[in-house]
Amino acid sequence: MPSYVITEKCDGCKALQRTACQYICPNDLMVLDKEKMKAYNREPEMCWECYSCVKICPQQAIDVRSYADFVPLGASVTPMRGSQDIMWTVKFRNGTIKRFKFPIRTTAEGEVKPYADYKTGTEDLKSPLLATEPDSLGLKELCVPKK
Amino acid sequence: MDNFETIEVNTDLLIVGGGMAACGAAVEASYWAKKNGLKVTLVDKAAMERSGAVAMGLSAINTYIGIKDGANTPEDFVRYVRNDQMGTVREDLVYDVARHVDSTVHLFEKWGLPIWKDEKGNYVHEGRWQLMINGESYKVIVAEAAKNALGMDNIYERVFIVNLLTDEKNPNKIAGAVGFSVRENKFYVFKAKAVIVAAGGAVHIFRPRSTGEGLGRAWYPPWNSGSSYATMLQVGAEMTQMESRFIPTRFKDGYGPVGAWFLLFKSRATNAFGEDYLQTQAEEIKKWEPYASAKPVPTPLRNHQMIKELVEGRGPVYMRTEEAIKKLAESTPGTDKDKKKKLKELEAEAWEDFLDMTITQAGLWAAQNIAPEEKPSEIMASEPYFIGSHASCAGAWVSGPADIAPKEYNWGYNRMTTVEGLFTAGDGVGASAHKFSSGSCTEGRIAGKAAIAYIKDHPEAPNVNPKKIEELKEKTYKPLKIFEQYKNVSSDPNINPNYIRPKMFLFRLNKIMDEYVGGTSMWYTTNKPMLERGLELLTFLKEDAEKLGAENLHELMRAWENYHRLWTAEVHLRHVMFREETRYPGYLYRSDFPKIDEANWKVFVNSRWDPQTGTWQMSKKPVIKIVD
Repeated sequence: MPSYVITEKCDGCKALQRTACQYICPNDLMVLDKEKMKAYNREPEMCWECYSCVKICPQQAIDVRSYADFVPLGASVTPMRGSQDIMWTVKFRNGTIKRFKFPIRTTAEGEVKPYADYKTGTEDLKSPLLATEPDSLGLKELCVPKK
Repeated sequence: MDNFETIEVNTDLLIVGGGMAACGAAVEASYWAKKNGLKVTLVDKAAMERSGAVAMGLSAINTYIGIKDGANTPEDFVRYVRNDQMGTVREDLVYDVARHVDSTVHLFEKWGLPIWKDEKGNYVHEGRWQLMINGESYKVIVAEAAKNALGMDNIYERVFIVNLLTDEKNPNKIAGAVGFSVRENKFYVFKAKAVIVAAGGAVHIFRPRSTGEGLGRAWYPPWNSGSSYATMLQVGAEMTQMESRFIPTRFKDGYGPVGAWFLLFKSRATNAFGEDYLQTQAEEIKKWEPYASAKPVPTPLRNHQMIKELVEGRGPVYMRTEEAIKKLAESTPGTDKDKKKKLKELEAEAWEDFLDMTITQAGLWAAQNIAPEEKPSEIMASEPYFIGSHASCAGAWVSGPADIAPKEYNWGYNRMTTVEGLFTAGDGVGASAHKFSSGSCTEGRIAGKAAIAYIKDHPEAPNVNPKKIEELKEKTYKPLKIFEQYKNVSSDPNINPNYIRPKMFLFRLNKIMDEYVGGTSMWYTTNKPMLERGLELLTFLKEDAEKLGAENLHELMRAWENYHRLWTAEVHLRHVMFREETRYPGYLYRSDFPKIDEANWKVFVNSRWDPQTGTWQMSKKPVIKIVD
């Protein structure tokens, strides 16, 4: 689907500064019903099933029911995203269960250094060399086409 | 109607978009801006952490040259891309991406992206140019680099740019952009000396194969609404190769990637009779020599071979995953236990390929009880997409790198459009295919540095007429006003003679494009009379765009996205009509000009909409080789 919100689990992120799913959805689909304090997907046919809301939900209150217009019912794909890796549980329609775990990043969250520790080759704004080059290329100079 | 506060932001460089190209631009421009005492601002309609085409993640980096290891040269890459695009690429731009892209990939690794390594510590290649990654958090990591470079004070999220601004004293010079918050009653005016538009390609121009709930399961993300093309066109920027749509062949319906299967697992695809159509249709593509003889066979020609199978009734076409996995496991040296272990590894790799970037496809396999090691999977050619970074090259006509571009392609600042101070990157740059995620980020970096150089040379403040701002503000919120004014005329606000809601507007656009401009229902085929009729219907739709009605800010965003799609559709149609040949079979067929015409059409097709007169001009531009 379209992602959907499990009524029982969603607490409207009331203890947090913002509703996590509403913050993250790339297509502005997740919205909080302030009366019920429950989030919902307002435009399921515009959902890419990117799982950004599923992965970020602090209550694990969001799941995906695959697109009903071409996917047979009964299967599920469920992520558990940590700080270094992600665990997937894939349940088949016939009951088979597969589990996979993959790394997601090698640095701690928030600690990315944009220019790493690469040296700047030139301060000349008109040079084709970019800020970290040629060091980040692992070369002495930038290539030019061989005539 | 509610009151909408106007927020004015004064900056030096404005970056529109938050995807791979925009993040690259942010990182590079921030470095040079700091050195020169300038300010960089970024505006994204979503949250950068998960915005753009890489929001879900990716399972591979598709552009890595490997220059330092002597694996390939930029010249090799140019030859590959040139052939894949049937001879029509800007070699200066492709070369420029190639000579810088490795540096971006090395940065990705330092930023924390896990890239697969072999036992010797070398990158694992999926194919000649492709690296395997654990890419679930690819965008999260790249966005973090951009945020850390920019500083959070310089980032505006959930603000959708609807129009660019030009200078009051020089209509061919950029002055900023306007847009609205999709969450608050705030209208934003960004005044800038230079603007980089990196707002992605276009999805849902054509009717997709899935039109129910699965409408959103486009191959490229549904939030890429052609804003790059439409906003640049409307200020008079020249476009190129807008006829170049992309038809990805992917696993059917879920649109899961096939690259790992074809390249890494060496899988075959076969028709209903078990025949490998690349072999049975080998003769067919010889009509498109000299491109057909090169290796690898160009993407459009491989598409053509498969489409012919389907049209002539030899479908379904299957990716033979079971055969490929079996072969790879059996060829593993060692005992049965080693072979079994290898089979397990291959199985995990196959699933990760989907879970990292197209989770739907994993769900579809599970729902159809498909274990790839046991059962083949259906593949299909999708609806058309617009994208300057993949195996197609729609986008703006930009200046090339000063040190290598021929004079016809160089007007001073790298990646600057024909509008002064307006730059673009990624899906926004035309005639420069095969950049993918790494190349788009690289191109953003290139544009970022060039834009700062431009600002240093042009330090004068932009001149914006306050009257113009008021006009644009009124225009921006007009759909809300129309809805409010008329909603009670009918008992059901969906059926109302006074306005059209964005969803139905989208469906009307999709139907026209599909049926007249060569969508899936016509197997990508059109002709001049069809295009003329399509343009007639599109013109009615353009008039009706004045009657778009929106109930809230979210629907207002949809209204403007669809207006941007309409512009993308029109420029595409005009390009298709102008190019009187079939150069890219498998993507597009002109039934009235079914052959490739090297003598007359080995050129770029360019277009410009004149903001002063409201007229379109089409032209041919020469293809100049810089690599033998």
